[in-house]
Amino acid sequence: MLKIDNLHASVDGKPILNGLDLEVHAGEVHAVMGPNGSGKSTLAYVIAGREGYEVTDGSVTYRSEDLLAMSVEDRAKSGVFLAFQYPVEIPGVGSATFLKTAVNAARKHRGEKEYDAMEFLRLVKEKRAALGIDDGMMRRALNVGFSGGEKKRNEMLQMALLEPALAVLDETDSGLDIDALKVVADGINALRGPERAMLVITHYQRLLDHVVPDRVHVLAQGRIVRSGGSGLAHELERSGYAGLGLEPSAAA
Amino acid sequence: MPAPRTIPFDYPAPKAGAAAALPGAGLPWLDALRAEGRQLSADGLPGTRMEAWKYTSLAPLAALAFPPPGEPVAEAEPGAGAFDTIGGPALAFVNGRLDARHSRLDTLPAGLRVRGLAQALSDDPAQVEGLIGDTVPNGDPMAAFNAAFAADGCIVETAPGAVVDEPLRLRFAAAPGSGPLAWHPRVVVRLGAGSRLALIESHEGLAGEATWSNPLVDVGIGAGAALSHVKLQAEGAGAYHTALTRTALAADARYESHLLALGARLARHEIHIRFDGEGARCLLHGGYMARGSQHVDNTTVIDHRVPHCESREVYKGVLDDTARGVFQGRIVVHRDAQKTDGHQLNRTLLLSPKAEIDTKPELEIYADDVKCSHGATAGEPEADQLFYLRSRGLDLRTARALIVEGFMNELLEAVGHEGARAVLLAQVAAWIGEARP
Ligand SMILES: Nc1ncnc2c1ncn2[C@@H]1O[C@H](COP(=O)(O)OP(=O)(O)OP(=O)(O)O)[C@@H](O)[C@H]1O
Ligand SMILES: [Mg+2]
Repeated sequence: MLKIDNLHASVDGKPILNGLDLEVHAGEVHAVMGPNGSGKSTLAYVIAGREGYEVTDGSVTYRSEDLLAMSVEDRAKSGVFLAFQYPVEIPGVGSATFLKTAVNAARKHRGEKEYDAMEFLRLVKEKRAALGIDDGMMRRALNVGFSGGEKKRNEMLQMALLEPALAVLDETDSGLDIDALKVVADGINALRGPERAMLVITHYQRLLDHVVPDRVHVLAQGRIVRSGGSGLAHELERSGYAGLGLEPSAAA
Repeated sequence: MPAPRTIPFDYPAPKAGAAAALPGAGLPWLDALRAEGRQLSADGLPGTRMEAWKYTSLAPLAALAFPPPGEPVAEAEPGAGAFDTIGGPALAFVNGRLDARHSRLDTLPAGLRVRGLAQALSDDPAQVEGLIGDTVPNGDPMAAFNAAFAADGCIVETAPGAVVDEPLRLRFAAAPGSGPLAWHPRVVVRLGAGSRLALIESHEGLAGEATWSNPLVDVGIGAGAALSHVKLQAEGAGAYHTALTRTALAADARYESHLLALGARLARHEIHIRFDGEGARCLLHGGYMARGSQHVDNTTVIDHRVPHCESREVYKGVLDDTARGVFQGRIVVHRDAQKTDGHQLNRTLLLSPKAEIDTKPELEIYADDVKCSHGATAGEPEADQLFYLRSRGLDLRTARALIVEGFMNELLEAVGHEGARAVLLAQVAAWIGEARP
């Protein structure tokens, strides 16, 4: 599903990713861990296509297509989804309006019938109930004034509605209370399936107790320095990155 | 060559017979007022060397040739109005003249009195003298044209304590006609103590022809009364619009202005607020959207003469292509106006590198115990916001449109009347929909 080869990327001329290799197959969930500033969000942004993240070498292949050649919106429409570490506030744009526009753009792209207002309302109601999101939030402007946890849940609602083939979750668990973590984990698990792949970026074992990954990777200084099974996350939890022979917070 | 202080403007004097056709001709006070206006306007249009007109040049207006005022105006079809769906009482002015066929005054709510200017002048000239008979406001150059040439208008009054539920619509429509036309409507609004009214003023035109509308709207709000004033300016691409709205607030009065300016080749919306009584508040919300080579100017003067008044101004707009925007916001706090609370904000989204906004805040504060602030931002839609929306599959155009719409909607959400708000939101959406791909 996703194959990353020798990826080098810079931001503002500063190299952040330095020869990163990663392969995720359909049906798999991979966790990416690593110290602050190691390049996890940068990887997520490169996959989503954010401007200013310049790929200087290497390749990213998604479903045997050159992902890097695609526009941001084309990536999204062909099934790539990024749950943001810091979801962006869009003043004046109603959450419900936005969701409908996004979902219908995806449906149109897939050649499916666009939802009308009633159908969409029913669908949203079902999905948000599962995520414990109340209707009031839907009537507010997108992410504006949402608490940290509300923003993350809203990201999960978007994911549930857009049903992506490849989801990259950038610290979706950060800022969630214990109950919300469980709710979000259930949401992620509900989307697991043989046709889907997920890249879950996290600092904590907590989430991985609920969403058990097929593989765990450690990213440091812009490369994958260690990969293993779900046990690797437990090992990190015990001994930290220092136990891997890495500097703690190896950002510099 | 220095810019001229005034721009010569060959605005025709009414023909001998036509002057007599202006309503109220022969009333000595009115003849004197008109003569004063004519004398002031004979200097021409204000030039860019005048501080208040520094960023807005009326030179293209001066190049137009208008027929003499007071000539009869042929009946014309104005087409549908933007606020028709709202219903309720309405006055329609077509090509500057009150048009009974398109007006609805048969069902006036209790406590509301509405008369055409001509009617009022013939029924009760002494009362009208009390309302408009003073000299040209501030010696203002555009008000001078209005004083000299106003051929129509209306007087709106509420009885003390009257709570008028239905909004009153005042529609000024340009109908497809022949050749350039100008009108100088004079509108007087007086709210009795403790009364409430919503006024919806719209300036609309289908015609691409050159028109000049120069309304002077004079508002007086009695003690504890509240006026919500919605204004839509959506005239055609050949139109010039120079409006002065001046509002005086008595103690504990409240004035809300919700302006949406979309139309005209050049439009200036000047609002003067004067606090005469303590505890009064005003909220000025102005939205502007311009593209092509449109020019839109918002100029406000808020005169805090007495203590304990509050003014809030938020002007937000979107400029595309080579459109130009101007925001001039002056706040004057007199020496005795302690505890004044005045805030002003101007924010502009620039959708093209050639679009421009000139913002000039001016705070003149002579009291020492006040809270006053101003702020301004201008720039492209934020890259973070665009990326977020595109990462959800919205193409760049849709993402920009959504951000622009949200930017304007934030302002219009404050419009209290639901029907009026819906119309304004639809106007914004339509403006965005007209964008070139
Ligand atoms: N615009 C920028 N200019 C310069 N450096 C940047 C820029 N954006 C990111 N960086 C740097 O790139 C490095 C990687 O950042 P990134 O956000 O990918 O880290 P991360 O692994 O996601 O960290 P965290 O765990 O704290 O979220 C950091 O050192 C960061 O300071
Ligand atoms: Mg990060």
